[in-house]
Amino acid sequence: MKKIIAATCLAGVIALPGVAQAREVTLTTQLKRYSGNDAYLAIYLTDATGQYQKTLWVAGKKAKYYKHLADWARGSKMSPSEFDGVSGASVGSGDTLKVSVELADTLIDAGYQIRIDSAVEDKRDARADVSVPLTSAGAGKPAAGNTYVESFTYDL
Amino acid sequence: MLRQLHSLPGLFAALLVMLLAISGAILSVDPALERLNGTSTAVGQVNVGQLAGRVADHFPGVEQIQRTASGTVIVYFNQAGQVGAEKVDPLTGQGLAPYEPSTFSRWTKDLHRSLFLGTAGHGVAGAGALFMLMLAVSGALLLVRRVSGWRNLWRPLRGDFSQRWHAEAGRLAVLGLLLSALSGLYMCATTFDFIADGSQIEPALPDRISAGPALPVASLKALQATDLNDLRELVYPSPSNPQDVFSLRTARGDGYVDPVSGTLLSYQAHGSMHNLYELIYQLHTGEGLWWLGLLLGACALCVPLMSVTGIQMWWRRRQAGPDIRHNSTAQTADSVILVGTETNTTWGFACALHDALHQAGHRVHSAAMNQYTNDYISAQRVFILTATHGDGNAPASASQFLARLASAGLKPGQPFAVLGFGDRQFAQFCQFAHQVQEALLQAGGTPLMGLETINRQSSQEFARWGHALGEVLGQDLTLVHTPRQPQTHQLVLAQRIAYGEQVEAPTHVLRFKATGKLPDFEAGDLVGILPPGSPVPRFYSLACDSRDGVLEICVRKHKGGMCSEYLHGLHIGAPIEAFIQPNPQFRPASGAHPVILIGAGTGIGPLTGFIRNNKAHHPMHLYWGGRNPTSDFLYESELNHYLADHRLTALHAAFSQVSDRSYVQDRLISDAQVLRRLIEKGAQVLVCGGREMAKGVMLALDEVLAPLHLNVRTLKAQGRYREDVY
Repeated sequence: MKKIIAATCLAGVIALPGVAQAREVTLTTQLKRYSGNDAYLAIYLTDATGQYQKTLWVAGKKAKYYKHLADWARGSKMSPSEFDGVSGASVGSGDTLKVSVELADTLIDAGYQIRIDSAVEDKRDARADVSVPLTSAGAGKPAAGNTYVESFTYDL
Repeated sequence: MLRQLHSLPGLFAALLVMLLAISGAILSVDPALERLNGTSTAVGQVNVGQLAGRVADHFPGVEQIQRTASGTVIVYFNQAGQVGAEKVDPLTGQGLAPYEPSTFSRWTKDLHRSLFLGTAGHGVAGAGALFMLMLAVSGALLLVRRVSGWRNLWRPLRGDFSQRWHAEAGRLAVLGLLLSALSGLYMCATTFDFIADGSQIEPALPDRISAGPALPVASLKALQATDLNDLRELVYPSPSNPQDVFSLRTARGDGYVDPVSGTLLSYQAHGSMHNLYELIYQLHTGEGLWWLGLLLGACALCVPLMSVTGIQMWWRRRQAGPDIRHNSTAQTADSVILVGTETNTTWGFACALHDALHQAGHRVHSAAMNQYTNDYISAQRVFILTATHGDGNAPASASQFLARLASAGLKPGQPFAVLGFGDRQFAQFCQFAHQVQEALLQAGGTPLMGLETINRQSSQEFARWGHALGEVLGQDLTLVHTPRQPQTHQLVLAQRIAYGEQVEAPTHVLRFKATGKLPDFEAGDLVGILPPGSPVPRFYSLACDSRDGVLEICVRKHKGGMCSEYLHGLHIGAPIEAFIQPNPQFRPASGAHPVILIGAGTGIGPLTGFIRNNKAHHPMHLYWGGRNPTSDFLYESELNHYLADHRLTALHAAFSQVSDRSYVQDRLISDAQVLRRLIEKGAQVLVCGGREMAKGVMLALDEVLAPLHLNVRTLKAQGRYREDVY
């Protein structure tokens, strides 16, 4: 049975300079069935070269395990202001995480990527488990992950 | 108080503690197994640079190398989108097998630390560790009290199965359990962030790296400088990010490695909190300390045994204890009844007194004498009802009374009355009651009435005492005591072996079978037999275990002895009514110390039982006195058989009705050298027989022991000299 974890981020407007328009984006992450504890996930935005830009969502409550989300941890420096208000519970094997975040219009079709780092206790840490370009054309199309993520979809 | 502190948490948390212990014991094997299957390297043999170079040959897409505390090296790789994890040989870098953590271990670990209940479960497991800590501390204190002092902690233990093994397992495991409980509590506290584990302090990411092409991983100086044994984790730079660096975590600290220059950047040594966490984590899990893990696991396995035996003992105490209605508190009661009893029979009288006083409008508080405190604020009178155990000693429920009275004192002028219970057949009739009377007078009490004694549980004498008390109180007091008969079993006589007719000491070895199932007993326990027409049972020492399938006693016929004449007259197949009274103090202690068995006449019964059960062939020396070898050498052929198969080491028999007459005491004196050597080796002495013989044996042994600056009294205090006398 799939458990839908839904959360809505109300305040997370991404404030890039000169941006006025923002829209709600729904991120749906379905995990594979694996044997192990609940997974920690970091969903974040990078530029085309993979440089960290912005945290969209962090699943997992214990900050001391965040270092296992290695690329995100380096980019965000795990500074609490980066994920303040956009974090929730970790996600179990086979479960689906569905969250809505607000995203500035200018970030879409501008060469940015959405990435997911994932980690499970005593198992491998996955950097860029998912890596997809953020484009209008890619919206609604599931992308496969390579470690714990079965599929990831964003709906604009 | 201490006992409550031990048994209440024990009962309350038995299941939880057992669950944690069993799961912990299972997990404790993992580090040893991992160590067995891994390749260990000496310090200086392999550095991280070498390892990374070897790994690069076999795994082009390596993302991360981990080394577990037990030495397993794991490589995580991502080759063209295909992710994998492999255990590798640190000497070649070659893959050994795909790495897949065991599902069973993970399941057990989750059970152990959170009972599958998530965060709340961590709290429950922490509470379990706290219970374990309380049980270990209170249990150790109880054990020390039981053996009277730390110095005696490793002395052999006595008692029935539960009592012995509960304490035996406890003293073996207490240190391990303390370590597991304390470290578990600490880990639980770090989970809830009550204590910082120092792991959150991450070194700052370096701002930029040197310009130029990346060096081969094997040539990076910082990696070459790190020994493999110190490695925890090496995370490779992200292939898509040319500015990225290696993360290096070691046993001592964390930092980054510049892939161009090979230098260590932003290195940060672990703080003391981090080191403390790692140490305690290691002590709890045994990771990297496989032998400690196994030791702790073995200690944890004692917990289920202790839980079960502990609950058994608690249940038995509860069953044996009195059921007192309308018991007021110690502070509010105007009348206090304190009871000293070995077998709980005196409680029957105490209850009758309690009920009568309650009906007369008094507020009554009844308790065991060992619960004596000096806070009976409202008490206008204190009653002591006590039996005497053995040779004028305190019975079990009064063993600490005199000491407690001496330290707590007595309310000045406190009116009191002592009622002693005993059997006039014995020389020290109601001796302990007299001691208590004396001590209360010394402590400044005022006798409400003189010391009275009750012979053989006589209900009439008790009722008479009640009338006398009623006169003192100015009230009509009718004490009705109906003796509570223990539940008896029907046994039938199956076999009789007769001795001693010619020497006027007719003695029969009687073997009974049960009509149903035999009750549980061991050699040295007592069987109470109710002769027809008498409400008072007579007790005989048992010469065998219930496992032997029969109940065997050795009975000498006394002129006018109601029960012995009855038993001697029984026909084969005739039924009797009997019940078992455990006597766990009188049996060989655990361990391989030598045992000296001394007896005369029918005292041979339980001693033969001990020898028969000595299947481990511990040294056992028997000294026994009879009348004439041709007539009353009880168990002669059986004892010779045990000598031959080494269950019995030596047999010294003395006979009093032959030309060179001698008594068992004489045998002890003539064998003094052997006895001294045995005592020096830690031997214990078990004496069974008549009171006069026991006295003679004690005098003889004092003489034997004098050159060692020892005496029987010292051996008794050490629990190495036990008697079953009648």
